[in-house]
Amino acid sequence: MPLDPAFVGRTYPPTPAYEVGREKIREFAEAVRDANPAYTDREAAKALGHPDVVAPPTFPFVITYRAAGQVVQDPELGLDFSRVVHGDQRFVYNRPVRAGDRLSVTCVIDSIKSLAGNDILSVRGEVADESGEHVVTAYMTLVARAAEGE
Amino acid sequence: MSAIVNYDEVEVGTELPAQSFPVSRATLVQYAGASGDFNPIHWNEAFAKGVGLPDVIAHGMFTMAEAVRVVTDWVVDPGAVVEYGVRFTKPVVVPNDETGAVIEVTGKVAAMLDDRRVRVDLVATCAGQKVLGMSRAVVQLA
Repeated sequence: MPLDPAFVGRTYPPTPAYEVGREKIREFAEAVRDANPAYTDREAAKALGHPDVVAPPTFPFVITYRAAGQVVQDPELGLDFSRVVHGDQRFVYNRPVRAGDRLSVTCVIDSIKSLAGNDILSVRGEVADESGEHVVTAYMTLVARAAEGE
Repeated sequence: MSAIVNYDEVEVGTELPAQSFPVSRATLVQYAGASGDFNPIHWNEAFAKGVGLPDVIAHGMFTMAEAVRVVTDWVVDPGAVVEYGVRFTKPVVVPNDETGAVIEVTGKVAAMLDDRRVRVDLVATCAGQKVLGMSRAVVQLA
């Protein structure tokens, strides 16, 4: 069954705040082998004009992917996650994520397309801090490959 | 934000220093833990082959994280990246040996934009094949 285009525009409730820890940023930076001191050294980050250590550019995905669980597991939408691959990913930043941020994500289904039996689902995650200021928007496209025999 | 690269000192075609990023099975396990993405195609060979992949593959988001380092190492301030997007075109296959795989990344200035920003186009390859498409970053320069 292809995904129902009527879900385009569906907006999910903002997620509970994710608190960005300094050591979580360090752990992520180490995992991608990125030694930029702005990720681990507060003074280095301050010298660049940031109030605290910042997170690498792709770090927000840790938070937005978790939030997108609301969409991919939405029983009404009925996405078969076992057939899903990550098609593309884009971030538009207002500022970098930084230690101490308490971030909430609002997920919106931007588009649903069907192409050669594949379902193409685009989900936008709007990330805001505690004061409501926009931090980053993550655009994710998931491709659910056609099931065998379809 | 304080990028150290000056807008007036670059032009369309300016090349960023290229880099190579090795990735082994251990790297993927570490990235899985740090990112929370425990999909077994990234660490379990039998599972990966069972779903039709040639072997364990790297997380697309790991490759995306490596590719942008060509940009952030160039401008020094990661906060100078105002937009970054990629398309995942081919998987990075990571064999279970000492060398694993290597992701090679080049980048060059593709467009001069308003407000002292530039668009950098990145090319990421592994074993001679492009693994990212439309890999572009918009960067705020000084």
